[in-house]
Amino acid sequence: MSQATTKTQRRVSWFEATARQRLAALLDPGSFTEFLGPAAREISPHLALFSLPAQFDDGIVIGKAKLRGHEVFAAAQEGRFMGGAFGEVHGAKLVGLLRAAKAASRDAVLLLDTGGVRLQEANAGELAISEIIRAIVDLRTGGHSVIGLIGGRAGCFGGGGIIAGCCTRLIVSEPGRISVSGPEVIETNRGVEEFDSQDRALVWRTMGGKHRYLTGGADCFVDDDTAAFRAAAIENLAGRTPLTVSVLEAEQARLKARLRRFGTAKDGSEVWQALGVTNPASVPGMDTEEFLNAVRAVRESADDAR
Amino acid sequence: MAIVGVVASGNLEALFERTDDESACRVEISTAAHGFQPLWEAVLRDFVARGAGGLRISINDGGARPDMVALRLAQGLRLMQGPEA
Repeated sequence: MSQATTKTQRRVSWFEATARQRLAALLDPGSFTEFLGPAAREISPHLALFSLPAQFDDGIVIGKAKLRGHEVFAAAQEGRFMGGAFGEVHGAKLVGLLRAAKAASRDAVLLLDTGGVRLQEANAGELAISEIIRAIVDLRTGGHSVIGLIGGRAGCFGGGGIIAGCCTRLIVSEPGRISVSGPEVIETNRGVEEFDSQDRALVWRTMGGKHRYLTGGADCFVDDDTAAFRAAAIENLAGRTPLTVSVLEAEQARLKARLRRFGTAKDGSEVWQALGVTNPASVPGMDTEEFLNAVRAVRESADDAR
Repeated sequence: MAIVGVVASGNLEALFERTDDESACRVEISTAAHGFQPLWEAVLRDFVARGAGGLRISINDGGARPDMVALRLAQGLRLMQGPEA
């Protein structure tokens, strides 16, 4: 009896899991077919120049699978290899996957865990980011969904943050962070007075999952639990409208309003105050259920704007 | 085929593939940490003594310590012996 109890209560942390473990937990069991798997040895042609070790999948696992019986194309970045950063092969694999999803008329799920572009192959990485954005827009204008899942140790930064902004729906957990310039980049460029990257509470108040959910930067907030991510992905895949010019115009209007409303705030907690959260200081300490109950009525609806 | 581990500091990935030669275990190691050949040999000697014939093992090392190498090899071997390998 105790065994059964343990089994049902066991939570698998998305944050702690590897890219492959996340895919296994997210998708229908045994349904995943990997494209260009490790045995293909499609490694980075650049890292050896810097005496850096390669990884056989270049830090991204791509393939097709089923999500509650619905065929999807899926990609998972490994945040522990090179910070999940986009290199030439890594980026090309994701571009190819998104184009294949378009050709097959399927939705895509992206398990993002990235610091952005890999500095050792930055030109190829930047090009890949723009090609990925184009491929996501192509999928979305064709009426397909691209769901982003963010809750890994690298967060989702740099070009990854822009890619996240292009997704149909974003699912985030508390450890997840979404931004373009990361904490250390801001500190290096603008000084520690502007942003103290060592202040972890500040980082989470301004880029963390709760903040992004509150401002509509993410659509869905879940526990750091692979089962919660799976349930949210299934829910968010259902029936989306295609990306059109009017959707983009509505996004632009919402973003302008957001800037008007919160543009002078110096900290995430000031934004939460302006939103009307009853006790903003208590937000970081709330568990998922408390948090969702406390903010449901006041959070900015994401719709499609980020 | 089986893959274990991640290329990160103090970690490594090991790719396990079957070969036809049951009497040999071929191991390729790619690492930026030079000068540790005797250690690798000692760890691998222990590992193959437990029966790893018919395998090709390819390792990308991120500066893993011997205990981590032994753990990943054991995990990979377990996966190759499992029902789906």
